[in-house]
Amino acid sequence: MTMQPATQPEPASEIVIDVHGLTKSFGGRTVVRNLSMQVHRGLIYGFLGPNGSGKTTTLRMLCGLLTPDGGSGTCLGYDILTQSAEIKRHVGYMTQRFSLYADLSIRENLEFVARVYNLPDPRAAARDAIRRLGLENRADQLAGELSGGWKQRLALGACILPGPQLLLLDEPTAGVDPKARRDFWDEIHTLAHEGITVLVSTHYMDEAERCHEIAYIAYGDLLAQGTVDEVIADAHLATYTVTGPDLADLAERLKALPGVDMVAPFGTALHVSGRDAAALDASTRELREHGPQVWTPGDATLEDVFIDLMSRTKDNFA
Amino acid sequence: MSAGAGTGDGRGRGLAASLGRIYAAFVKELLQLRRDRITFATMIFIPLFQLFLFGYAINTDPKHLPTAVLIQDESSFARSFLSAMRVSDYFDIRASAASEQELDHLILSGKVQFGVQIPAHFGRDLIRGERPAVLVIADASDPVAAGGAVSALQGLSSSVFSRELTGPVANLAPKPLPYELRIHRRYNPAGETRLNIVPGLMGTILTLTMLIFTALSVTREVERGTMESLLAMPIRPVEIMLGKIAPYLVIGGLQGALILGAAKLLFGVPIVGSLALLVALTLLFILANLSVGYTFSTIATSQLQAMQMSFFFFLPNILLSGFMFPFRGMPGWAQAVGEALPLTHYLRIVRGIMLKGAGFVDLQTDVLALGAFTLAAMTVAVLRFRQTLD
Repeated sequence: MTMQPATQPEPASEIVIDVHGLTKSFGGRTVVRNLSMQVHRGLIYGFLGPNGSGKTTTLRMLCGLLTPDGGSGTCLGYDILTQSAEIKRHVGYMTQRFSLYADLSIRENLEFVARVYNLPDPRAAARDAIRRLGLENRADQLAGELSGGWKQRLALGACILPGPQLLLLDEPTAGVDPKARRDFWDEIHTLAHEGITVLVSTHYMDEAERCHEIAYIAYGDLLAQGTVDEVIADAHLATYTVTGPDLADLAERLKALPGVDMVAPFGTALHVSGRDAAALDASTRELREHGPQVWTPGDATLEDVFIDLMSRTKDNFA
Repeated sequence: MSAGAGTGDGRGRGLAASLGRIYAAFVKELLQLRRDRITFATMIFIPLFQLFLFGYAINTDPKHLPTAVLIQDESSFARSFLSAMRVSDYFDIRASAASEQELDHLILSGKVQFGVQIPAHFGRDLIRGERPAVLVIADASDPVAAGGAVSALQGLSSSVFSRELTGPVANLAPKPLPYELRIHRRYNPAGETRLNIVPGLMGTILTLTMLIFTALSVTREVERGTMESLLAMPIRPVEIMLGKIAPYLVIGGLQGALILGAAKLLFGVPIVGSLALLVALTLLFILANLSVGYTFSTIATSQLQAMQMSFFFFLPNILLSGFMFPFRGMPGWAQAVGEALPLTHYLRIVRGIMLKGAGFVDLQTDVLALGAFTLAAMTVAVLRFRQTLD
């Protein structure tokens, strides 16, 4: 069901992740429900969804840290149920929380990783990685003393050190400043260009738009996937951008109207969306024609779509 | 920004690769240990501290015990009896009571441990052959503390009046036994407590430190969150275990050398048997305790729990192994529990080699038991180790 997005750098068609019907529950609570997905080589695949939606659990099932209760599939051609040892050798998993050794130096951490992956010359491998990271001056600093941004760079450096074919990044830019985030994403794109497949979970819309493909997962269900444009188009969300005075009062009035599914302020404007364009038009005609605000028909943004998806799942499951 | 080495597909398999990963865990653990100053200091000071306390402070054959006397007879017999008591080194006559009530009070209040009453007309009655009684009251609420002195008292009573009982009263002197009783107090003829305690300390100190440090090792990774990325790497549970245990084997060896050196230089404990055998079997014993600690580490969910489990295991080791109390004095069930503990077997080994000069053949039952215990604990540890986060 995955379609080739126009922005994809190389028309590779090899499928790196191919899983069907993955299900996982903890203590009777289903965290991931019947999830199927395919990811092609060299793609940056964004994984979006609210907190506790099952993103981390899915990533952990893909790299063998969790055993699925149901479903099957392959990761890099290895069975995720029986060949997790092989998968671990070729997958770099970057955890949400910094999980390198805080009481080891940068060099010692990287050498440890290099040895665990049986690299032929661990010292040289660590030295190269330190140079790539631009950490030559701090190589002997303890990892625990680094700032958030540098910790994250180091964690990524440790992940790619053994030369993995697939990177699983779990909210890698949480709590990192915008400049470091941009640098991080530039690096991810370079890696993808070199043929590494990247599966990255995030909360940030701008990051989602930097992915070749995205998937939206909420409370265990995969609700949408495809390129950013496809996901927006599939949502069939009619949207108006409203500017003018008294937007807060207007927002309250709009929320009560039939056909209005989402009202959200965006800076000095208000985004008003509805899944049924006709119903939205009908119930807002009065307001649109008599002002005082200015109504402009526009395209839904990715964020509109996600907020709408999120509110819909709450209606269904909460 | 490309990753360092190529991804050869043969990489990561085979014994050499496995040893490489064990080495990775070993180096990592050693570095962490070096950074952890408190832990490092604990490892050096726990053995020294215990050694000094036990070696210098504990004596199960105490002498110079405070004694009170109530003398109601002024004969030379009474004086001879008291001076014989003094000479035995066990009794220090500190008080002279005026009445039986005062003597009772001195004992009851704990001011003295022994009370001696020599009744009126003791000398006269003795010469008349009426077998008068000397009353010795011992505070035997602590049987160990009173034991040595009481048996010394029995020894002195046969010879105490030899000077007085001559001439016309020579027939009252005790007669020698018709046979000779020869007692060889082998391996520790002077009955010195430290000869028994110091080799035993080697076992208890190693049990305590090895247990605690490994018990913390896996739970610490879980608590700090490093376990998640460790599990995502291609390293097997048994490799993690061996890599984590190895540094402590070195540390345990150093601790053992420290204790052994102190035993010889400070406490004069001999090493009668083979030093090489002692070293080899001590390493086996260290391994046994490391395996237990590691097993705890895989079961406990926090460092606090791991500590509690360690102490729960340490207590019976101290009490039922024969370290503190005689093993053969325990009821059958307690001996059975003791037999299942590594320290029990190690105590026999270490005392056997150091004091008695026992060889491998003499100790093989205990060596086998220790080996079986280690193997079982390691198996449990590897099976218990969660390879996933499920």
